[in-house]
Amino acid sequence: MTAATAEPRRDAVVSVRDLQVRFQTSDRRATVKAVDGVNFDVRRGETFGIIGESGSGKTTIGRALVFLLNPSAGAILHDGIDPTALSRKKFQSHRRDYQIIFQDPNAALNPRMTILASVLEPLELAGVGNSTERERQAREALERVGLPQEFGERYPHQLSGGQKQRVVIARALTLKPKLIVCDEVVAALDMSIRGDVLNLFADLQRDLGLTYVFITHDLAVVSHISERVAVMYLGQFVELGPTEEVAERPLHPYTIALLSAEPRPLPSAMRQESRIVLQGEVPSPIDPPSGCRFRTRCPHAQPLCTERVPEWRELKPDHWVACHFADRPDFSSN
Amino acid sequence: MEPGQPAKRRAEVAPDGARPLLSVRGLGIRFKTTQGIWQATRRIDFDIAPGERVGIVGESGCGKTITGLSILRLLPGNFAGLDGKILFDGTDLASCSARQMRAIRGKRIAMIFQEPMSALDPVFTVGHQIAETLRVHTDVSYEEARARTLEMLRRVGIASPERRIDDYPHQLSGGMRQRVMIAASLICGPQLLIADEPTTALDVTVQAQILELLRDISETSKTALMLITHDLGVVAETCTRMITMYAGEVIEDATVDEALVRPLHPYTSGLLRSLPHLSPRHGRLPSIPGRVPSIAEMPAGCRFRARCAHAAKGCEAEQKLQDAGGGRKVRCGRFAELNLPGALHPPEPAAGARVARQ
Repeated sequence: MTAATAEPRRDAVVSVRDLQVRFQTSDRRATVKAVDGVNFDVRRGETFGIIGESGSGKTTIGRALVFLLNPSAGAILHDGIDPTALSRKKFQSHRRDYQIIFQDPNAALNPRMTILASVLEPLELAGVGNSTERERQAREALERVGLPQEFGERYPHQLSGGQKQRVVIARALTLKPKLIVCDEVVAALDMSIRGDVLNLFADLQRDLGLTYVFITHDLAVVSHISERVAVMYLGQFVELGPTEEVAERPLHPYTIALLSAEPRPLPSAMRQESRIVLQGEVPSPIDPPSGCRFRTRCPHAQPLCTERVPEWRELKPDHWVACHFADRPDFSSN
Repeated sequence: MEPGQPAKRRAEVAPDGARPLLSVRGLGIRFKTTQGIWQATRRIDFDIAPGERVGIVGESGCGKTITGLSILRLLPGNFAGLDGKILFDGTDLASCSARQMRAIRGKRIAMIFQEPMSALDPVFTVGHQIAETLRVHTDVSYEEARARTLEMLRRVGIASPERRIDDYPHQLSGGMRQRVMIAASLICGPQLLIADEPTTALDVTVQAQILELLRDISETSKTALMLITHDLGVVAETCTRMITMYAGEVIEDATVDEALVRPLHPYTSGLLRSLPHLSPRHGRLPSIPGRVPSIAEMPAGCRFRARCAHAAKGCEAEQKLQDAGGGRKVRCGRFAELNLPGALHPPEPAAGARVARQ
């Protein structure tokens, strides 16, 4: 716990302090700073959204939260304890409380295993009860995600995309986790099905007291389901706050541009005419810009932005931002 | 030259009286599979006027991509037959020879796809690939082709094109590759550009750039755009008319504004209501129960019937794409009696009001 800059909140299921995750490029000549100094707490029972474009590091954070990746520096505390300090055996049982679900259910399900066998697998690995008890629990999980009994005997190819994603959710539920990291879990689903799956997540949270970290590039999804949302750019958080605050009174120029770039299904008379179209694309995380990382695309960049890294500050209660000029009225949306 | 004789009897004309550039009539596409012949789409009717921007929307498997491909007759190997007419500027593409099609493809009708990396050849420079289109279709010198390629790259917003023209596709970012694809598709000045999910693989800030480019190009060079997408927001931002497809059929055809505010088909309405943008935060999202029927077991009558909250007697009969007045069309016998919610619910009578996000 070298870099724990602030005490974790009492109700924090996960506390992330100065998290860094670095990768070597394949020729080992350069280092990619996928996540570079991120701080946040995930509070018990909440849905914490992380949005960002591809390459922003959001998936890397998700994988690190459940220790599929180890932090290169900084700390991730689960309920105040550091899982890397646990013995191997204790860590194995500890990590059952922290599950992750990915975008593509086809890649997550073994095509040669029945649905029931897939859902049973985590219970078997964890050595829960006897086989009758395990089957009872697996069937209960399938029922909870709204799949009829007979689906247990089917194979993944006999299910639709939405049904497969439900199976994956059921499997994550079997070990009764405290936290589920959801990485683009509805991105591959058709629009008419997305609503169903998002409703299911909300129901499960209410019934089981789950905590979610919802990672997505889709602003509409994240703002629908999350209580708080963090905006990520090039390995760092640029803004973090209550969803309504961030969506309606964004402080960071990148958040403002993201919100403005999102195509809205509204008739022409109701769409904003003055859209901010950012120039260029996200720079490489191998050699990010000095100072503020967004400055190369920021419509308001000043000389100071090149020279100094903007401080991560709580500009309004619970609303954090990393921008030198976020409190200037002519900048933000206020 | 024109085998299908652009029939004089054709009654369909664009609202402004101009002859449509593209007029698809009764288009149906069949495929051979191990389980017999499958009818992927049927009875597809729509028009695109010169310079018009039309969105084709629907969920995966509804037949929107195959409709786009059939216009260029780029159909997969298990293609088993095509019914109906595809009249393009008076020529029936459905009965054109392979040679006639080659003269049209890339010159008068161009197409861009979702994944530019698989559409570009990795072993040739982007400049070579753009110029190739031009050299195949016109009689220009190497220098002339290169000069026009440079100009086109600049036009699609590639910074310092003289440096980029000799780059290979892998040296470019995803957004730049899609710009290169757009440059290659536009180099011969086509009358119609078919764009199949052109921004789905791109980030939202880059998507905004590409959509702006497509809109701008269509406006300045009067290129008609047929934009195939599952994203109603993309259609709202880019197009003026929206054609909704479901299970291989056109079920609604209206201006974007009308379709969004007052959809006439229960499926269009259900799609709009299921979008999280339009629901109160943290509330329950309305969804459409069930799933799209499998191509092998299409129900008779209305294909949406099993999932429709408004299904009633009469829906088991075949539904026609009927005129709904004001240039709108809908494939639902009950449209006149239903008052369906759209993107704004409760429906707001006054246009021009700002929408208050909840």
